[in-house]
Amino acid sequence: MHIVVCIKQTPDSAAKLTVDEAGNVSWGESPIIINPWDEYAVEEALLIKERFGGEPKVTVVSMGPEEALEALKHAIAMGCDEAVRIWDDGFAGSDTLATSYVLAKAIERMGDVDLVLFGKSAIDSQTGQVAVEVARRLGFAPLTYVIKIAELDPEGGAILVERLLEEGRQGVEAPLPAVVGTVKGINEPRYPSFMGIRKATRAEYPVWTAADLGVGPDKVGAAGSGVRWERIFPPPAREGAAEIIQAETVEEAARVLVDKLLAEKVI
Amino acid sequence: MGNDIFVWVEQFRGEVALPSWEAIGTARRLGETLGGQVCACVFGSGVEGLAQEAIAYGADKVFLADDPTLADFRLEPYAALLSSLAREHSPALILMGATSRGRDLGPAVAVDLETGCVADCTGLEFEGGQLLATRPIYAGKLLSTCAVPEKRPAIFTTRARAFPKPEPDDGRAGEVVRVEPVMKEEEIGCKVTGFWETEGGVSLTDAAIIVSGGRGVGGPEGFEPVRELASVLNAALGASRAAVDAGWIPYEHQVGQTGKTVSPDLYIACGISGAIQHQAGMRTSKVIVAINKDPEAPIFQLAHYGIVGDLFKVVPALTAALKARLE
Ligand SMILES: Cc1cc2nc3c(=O)[nH]c(=O)nc-3n(C[C@H](O)[C@H](O)[C@H](O)COP(=O)(O)OP(=O)(O)OC[C@H]3O[C@@H](n4cnc5c(N)ncnc54)[C@H](O)[C@@H]3O)c2cc1C
Ligand SMILES: Nc1ncnc2c1ncn2[C@@H]1O[C@H](COP(=O)(O)O)[C@@H](O)[C@H]1O
Repeated sequence: MHIVVCIKQTPDSAAKLTVDEAGNVSWGESPIIINPWDEYAVEEALLIKERFGGEPKVTVVSMGPEEALEALKHAIAMGCDEAVRIWDDGFAGSDTLATSYVLAKAIERMGDVDLVLFGKSAIDSQTGQVAVEVARRLGFAPLTYVIKIAELDPEGGAILVERLLEEGRQGVEAPLPAVVGTVKGINEPRYPSFMGIRKATRAEYPVWTAADLGVGPDKVGAAGSGVRWERIFPPPAREGAAEIIQAETVEEAARVLVDKLLAEKVI
Repeated sequence: MGNDIFVWVEQFRGEVALPSWEAIGTARRLGETLGGQVCACVFGSGVEGLAQEAIAYGADKVFLADDPTLADFRLEPYAALLSSLAREHSPALILMGATSRGRDLGPAVAVDLETGCVADCTGLEFEGGQLLATRPIYAGKLLSTCAVPEKRPAIFTTRARAFPKPEPDDGRAGEVVRVEPVMKEEEIGCKVTGFWETEGGVSLTDAAIIVSGGRGVGGPEGFEPVRELASVLNAALGASRAAVDAGWIPYEHQVGQTGKTVSPDLYIACGISGAIQHQAGMRTSKVIVAINKDPEAPIFQLAHYGIVGDLFKVVPALTAALKARLE
């Protein structure tokens, strides 16, 4: 069995972000980390590997510049077998349409893939589209919002999952190969072990380019994208802090608050 | 390329998801500039009745596909059908709610049609002849505007409660066009094997009011007063990650960066400090109330109203005051 995990590098969720007039986002000294949602995908791949006695190969893939190495190293340190970084200068500025095209090409190149795991969304651009787009491009079963892989039968070529939707949990059975988009709650990601970290520093991180993948310039970057980012700006500041309701008693404070909420017409 | 606007009308067991009606309202507004028709795409099994409802909410035309293969939302048959309708009719725009289903369908259709899909929009306005979508990024710490400058149709998923819900008008007239699914059951890989509904009624993402509890509630039984307040307000129950991680309440209730993003009219945070990751999920709420015993808690920077005090005293008092006033 061959499992691929797609991961992205993002700034730390606690990073203090600033944006200049031109819309360039900066996160100061804050480190670049593996997209937190993608840790669940990596963990799930490792759990499957363990469940099948270590036999499945887990390859972690990231399309991104040099910085993506940090995310790949983290995944190798957690226990993935191999890493591939996909990059070409022409890939810069790709939206999810173009990114999914490149990732699908890379997965096609690997040839023997049974399962492709994704995080729920990238915490920076927050689109949550790449998984379903890769599934659509490859014709793999599109299983998103997966909170549990209930059964996995590589011989029989079938998978049974539970998906977390607005109204509840849905059970879905699908043929392999499949794309599985994970959500928080599917597992608890492990921390890299000391041995893992040593392995990650010695591991190889091959780079696949546009030429390796046979990807033309019209399919990537701005030309291959449907969405253009026009502006990035800070949200309008809220004037002042909360109006703290002061009163002699709790009951009185509660009554005052109810009056205010009625006046705001929100209850 | 035409000027029509497609809106995918999402239904679950015959009930339409709120953002679909909001999307139809938005389509009507944008249609005034574009000059095309609003075409609702209603797919399901036994959903004929929804066609008229879609017209009442503002559709000029309804593409109605009623077939057992469409009973449950499954991406393969839904995307195949919507893409085929879009190829045939060349709409300028496709809108749908940014729900779990819409967030799958939009990008899948974008791949089929080699076009752009902008996720999770909170605003849609024409600017210099170009439709610009506003959307939060970096967990709402920043905003961005995005366009689909060349490719058509441009696809947008709209976040629940970010756009006004139109008033239905039962007197409106429109055309209903019956269409057939494009996939047969045996061509569809995914089979739905079961469904287990979340208990606790009101869905977080659709709720007009949310009452949330955090680590300050102290334990599973500490949610009781919070639950009572929610029930008086007919509100959904939310929670911080700290409360979820402690096992006091299921993950389905978590609000924040790694939970749900919500935008209710009123958000009442009880015993929640207001960490940046919690704020990420609720900062766009219209009115925020914080109840916390620590006057320095960051939630008071974001809240509109606050009561500093012990939630086990304040929350029951609030419940009682509301009962007295709302009766
Ligand atoms: C990658 C990442 C993702 C995260 N995602 C999320 C997320 O999606 N959602 C989320 O919520 N958090 C998330 N967090 C966690 C977040 O950083 C905070 O740890 C969490 O929100 C804290 O929850 P809390 O406010 O309930 O607890 P605390 O921060 O411990 O606050 C408890 C508050 O209760 C008050 N209190 C205590 N007792 C009482 C009382 N009797 N009466 C009144 N007030 C009282 C205290 O004064 C305090 O302010 C994430 C963190 C990381 C690193
Ligand atoms: N550049 C990338 N390289 C590899 N995987 C990615 C990349 N971008 C996104 N992904 C994967 O797709 C998921 C959804 O990302 P997004 O659609 O950008 O929010 C992420 O959680 C990752 O698993």
